[in-house]
Amino acid sequence: MTAEDQPIEERAERVPQRVIGTPATDSPMLGAPETPEAEYVPPEGVKPADERQARRAERKVVLCFGITSLSVVAFVYFYVTFQVGSTQATGLSNFALGLSLMVAVLTLAIGIVLWARQIMPKYTLTQDRHPMLSEEEDREAVAEYFVQGANESGFVRRKVLRRALLPAAAALGVVPIVLLRDLDNTKTAAANTPDRLRHTVWGEKTKEGKPPRLIIEGSGRPIRAADFNTPGGLLSVVPEGHEHDLDALAKATVILINLRPEEIKSGTNQNWMHNGIVAYSKICTHVGCPAALYEQNTHHILCPCHQSTFDATDGARVVFGPAARALPQLPITVDAEGYLIAKGDFAVPVGPSFWERGDAEAKANTQGGGS
Amino acid sequence: MTELKTVPSRISRSAGFLDARLGGAPFLRRNMRKIFPDHWSFLIGEIALYSFVILLLTGTFLTFWFKPSMAHVAYDGPYGPLHGVMMSEAYASSLELSFEVRGGLLVRQMHHWAALLFVASMMAHMLRVFFTGAYRKPRELNWIIGVLLLTLALAEGLTGYSLPDDLLSGAGLRVTEGVVISLPVIGTYLRFFIFGGEYPGDDVIARFYSVHILLIPAILLALVTAHLVLMWRQKHTQMDGKGKTNRNVVGAPFYPMFMAKAGAFFLFTLAVVVGLATFAQINPIWLYGPYTPADISAGSQPDFYLAFLEGALRIMPAWEINLFGTSEIGTVPLSVIIPALLPLGIILVGLILYPFAERWITGDRREHHIAERPRNNPHRTSIGMSAIAFYGVLWLFGANDELSAFLHVSLNLTTYAGRVMIITMPVLAYIVTYRMCLGLQRRDADMISHGVESGVIKRLPSGEFIEVHAPLTEDADAHIRGKEAIPQLPPGANGEGVPAKAMRGLIGGLRGRMSTAYGGEKIPINGANGHNGHNGHNGQGDHAAVTSGDDDHALGR
Repeated sequence: MTAEDQPIEERAERVPQRVIGTPATDSPMLGAPETPEAEYVPPEGVKPADERQARRAERKVVLCFGITSLSVVAFVYFYVTFQVGSTQATGLSNFALGLSLMVAVLTLAIGIVLWARQIMPKYTLTQDRHPMLSEEEDREAVAEYFVQGANESGFVRRKVLRRALLPAAAALGVVPIVLLRDLDNTKTAAANTPDRLRHTVWGEKTKEGKPPRLIIEGSGRPIRAADFNTPGGLLSVVPEGHEHDLDALAKATVILINLRPEEIKSGTNQNWMHNGIVAYSKICTHVGCPAALYEQNTHHILCPCHQSTFDATDGARVVFGPAARALPQLPITVDAEGYLIAKGDFAVPVGPSFWERGDAEAKANTQGGGS
Repeated sequence: MTELKTVPSRISRSAGFLDARLGGAPFLRRNMRKIFPDHWSFLIGEIALYSFVILLLTGTFLTFWFKPSMAHVAYDGPYGPLHGVMMSEAYASSLELSFEVRGGLLVRQMHHWAALLFVASMMAHMLRVFFTGAYRKPRELNWIIGVLLLTLALAEGLTGYSLPDDLLSGAGLRVTEGVVISLPVIGTYLRFFIFGGEYPGDDVIARFYSVHILLIPAILLALVTAHLVLMWRQKHTQMDGKGKTNRNVVGAPFYPMFMAKAGAFFLFTLAVVVGLATFAQINPIWLYGPYTPADISAGSQPDFYLAFLEGALRIMPAWEINLFGTSEIGTVPLSVIIPALLPLGIILVGLILYPFAERWITGDRREHHIAERPRNNPHRTSIGMSAIAFYGVLWLFGANDELSAFLHVSLNLTTYAGRVMIITMPVLAYIVTYRMCLGLQRRDADMISHGVESGVIKRLPSGEFIEVHAPLTEDADAHIRGKEAIPQLPPGANGEGVPAKAMRGLIGGLRGRMSTAYGGEKIPINGANGHNGHNGHNGQGDHAAVTSGDDDHALGR
């Protein structure tokens, strides 16, 4: 194929091509008996399909392809007629579009498979494999080129050049790493980064300069201690002023439980309770899921992610599961109007452990305020 | 019936145009009739390929409406129960494309189902390759590419299902955060870098989005291409059978047969995905509500391919170390690090190293193009089943809460059972599989020497009753006789003669012992030709049973 306009197959003359399905131009239309074609001998390994079977299969394939076309028409029709919006309408549209599309695709697939299996020949053709390793001659030539090029470049002989290149390339590799530093948008100094995990918004004052009240999650209402007086009750609580601040909630969400005085064990810090009401961090100390399930009879708090179980009567110590530490207790009291407020922040970091956490519980205990 | 005698001029003219510019005829001449061997198990990898194509197409459609933003908006769309609820734009736009775009829900469900199918078929394909030894030389590199593809697919899945920002996906994100922050030394910083500050912050959805729709798919696409090019270049492995050797490929030509079948198979895959998206609801995000770190629903579970990590987290005992006591450094939460990294590490590193470890143990440096029957390499098959048991136990206990609810067993007991089973099941799987392999080998040997039972009872003139055994078909006979002894290193370390240099010392000795145990012929096939029915005489071991350097089955080098 050198000449540009030369087609792969040359034709002797440019005669009009016959339309598929009509007799060949050189075969007589009428009268003369068809000249018997030269006996077709399929190559070895190619077993043509039985003609009668093939003809039957052809009808099936055509039927399949016909259904495909009709289904696509149906798909377009459904797209235009079925509007979406409500759950019911969307469900109906989803069903109609999905069904018609599935039928269209499926019948096309079935048709092609029937075609391949019953109309195309059966093949058992054989091809040789060759070892993957290249010929000796080629490998030697490549090796020769490699040596030649390496020498020509001076990379081998000029040592200083070589030694200067590697540090330069390595230095350039630092650039992308440095550029990623501002992935932390707050740009906190590296030394202070871990400290951000040690505090929650419970330690901050509200805009009025008061300690934050405990707000019932979802309702936005503060809780009067007197109203939360049924032992066995549980509330999910968020800090006042941060009801929709997800970053704050990820650390500061709390569960509020009312216990009978006789049930409270030594692990619970009674100074941080108010009239049998105790507040624990809702953020599991395992990997941070909200420990949201509470069993009234056993006073067990359960995290639904990995089933860490905490004893609410005993400082939320771990009784089962992969969590290694108790849920931190939030010191609470009431303000002048009788609403529950936080006395201060958690004594220890909430949520999952991190490298810089250390044994915060032991530290808090030695400092005196701990549970 | 008329047949083509020459290429139709319209095709030949455009082909000529292209060839004059690309010179592709030699390539096509070599490849148009390239032979592809046929076996149902070879199609599994194709499912993975086609699901990937479906994922690219449906995913692109979804990007037209999805807004990767964590900005807060109040929902004002048509779904009543969430009216006025504050949510991220990501979640709102996911609802919009589900409820307000015609076909949007269908495509979203197709995308999710195709993702599950993608990973599932990759795993099944990998097991097929493993159990048939199709990773052996020269295919080790393609095996490694495959492992990378699977790893990336897991990351792609994780970043993908976090995007809608519903309550369930948020739970997954929270667990991801807990795992990242647990890493020693770098964990805290990594966590702030990923989330752009506090968790959940305003950035993670947008960042996962670009990773999910650009970075990982681009790498996946490149690796998939490399995977296919290598497969094409090295030619597909084939099952043993009549006329099939290590030096040939027997099957059907690419054009027209394989093309047609592959096209149809893509359509079948698509039809299944569309069917699932139509009839089987998946991830109904509107029921979960928007994400808030303060809430969770019981029974939260990740997609199936991450369940083994979830299970590992669930059955892990609560171990945590403070290396330096109360000083603010050195906390190592083993109860998170071990389950998050160890199983994944064991599985991935084990997968990557296996071809090289096997080669080191058997000393087998030949090319292999015949897919080995799993029973004929009992130790490999047992190791594979053992790994499946390990993975399977972790996977199962990713749903320990559902399991205990279903079986009415206490949750604690279920978890304890998981801790025991993670050790015992792999061992048990190994032993049982090994015995089964040998049993199946024995049956093969039996069939070769005695043929198969025909069900016909014959009475001999002497009065004796015998059952007539029919010889195997040629193809089945060849299939069974394809069995080869697993190569072993020359003996040495076991006291027979002077060990070779590589076989001395502690490592060398271990290598020798492992080679003796791993390789060799456990149950030789003895029948000389297998066609002599009942009175098969035990002749010389035939070509399949003895030498490893056999011409038919080895590309000598």
